[in-house]
Amino acid sequence: MRAFFALISGGLFGAGLLVSGMVDTTKVQGWLDVFGDWDPTLAFVLGGAIIPMAIAWRFTIGRAPKLGGTFPEKPNPRIGHNLVVGSVLFGAGWGLAGLCPGPAMASLTFAGWSGPLFVASMIVGMLVAPPVRSWVDGIAASS
Amino acid sequence: MIEQDWIWGLVGGLMIGSAAALFLLVNGRIMGASGILGGLVDGSGKSNWTERAAFIAGLIVVPLLMLPIYTEVDTHISTNPAVLIAAGLLVGIGTRLANGCTSGHGVCGISRFSLRGMVATVFYLMAGGISVLLFKHILGVI
Repeated sequence: MRAFFALISGGLFGAGLLVSGMVDTTKVQGWLDVFGDWDPTLAFVLGGAIIPMAIAWRFTIGRAPKLGGTFPEKPNPRIGHNLVVGSVLFGAGWGLAGLCPGPAMASLTFAGWSGPLFVASMIVGMLVAPPVRSWVDGIAASS
Repeated sequence: MIEQDWIWGLVGGLMIGSAAALFLLVNGRIMGASGILGGLVDGSGKSNWTERAAFIAGLIVVPLLMLPIYTEVDTHISTNPAVLIAAGLLVGIGTRLANGCTSGHGVCGISRFSLRGMVATVFYLMAGGISVLLFKHILGVI
């Protein structure tokens, strides 16, 4: 059952990414291009996505997930250096190719060989992240 | 035509948010694309790998099934291997260090007023803007 609802959720996510135009890298780069020909579509996508989720978070109060377990607790609000360094690196790559992980996977089958090359590079990046994290921790500890 | 793009953006956004709401309320999990994939890649999500794999299967297969109605869809993705490899590495390393991407920090974090989600979103938006300014307008590689 967990896998079934995960499949439905992933499918709806992918359909939403396609409908919203977020699989189009020029729309994403257009949103980030505040000094050029700015495209505000992504603000509507993010705004539209936050509405059902804000309602869902309210609904979690005093309840448990339908399939058991507990809802994820609110993370520790401490802002660590990894959150900042990681977000900056991610943002740089997001701007460079116009792809973040969701749309990269959603467009995997229709982005020619470029899609699989990006996703493979992203997976390699995920594999080398732990040593990069240790390195960043080392710099943060010595400064 | 731009205004029509905004409407489809809003409709697609509502679908993305509904997918995240479903995953939260039914499975009790955060819908973060980088976290779901990352847990499979580094083995940290071994205990619930079927849930992760099923989510990714839906994410990849459903857009493929919709292609007959979205015949004009164009990703405009770069064909420069150096750009794709560099960007992929940055996105992979960055999302794992930050523990989230646009879906996890942006959609799921902001909607619960998580300080971490909001700070991450501010930093990746700023870095993305600077990246486009640098690579498009200054260096002209994209």
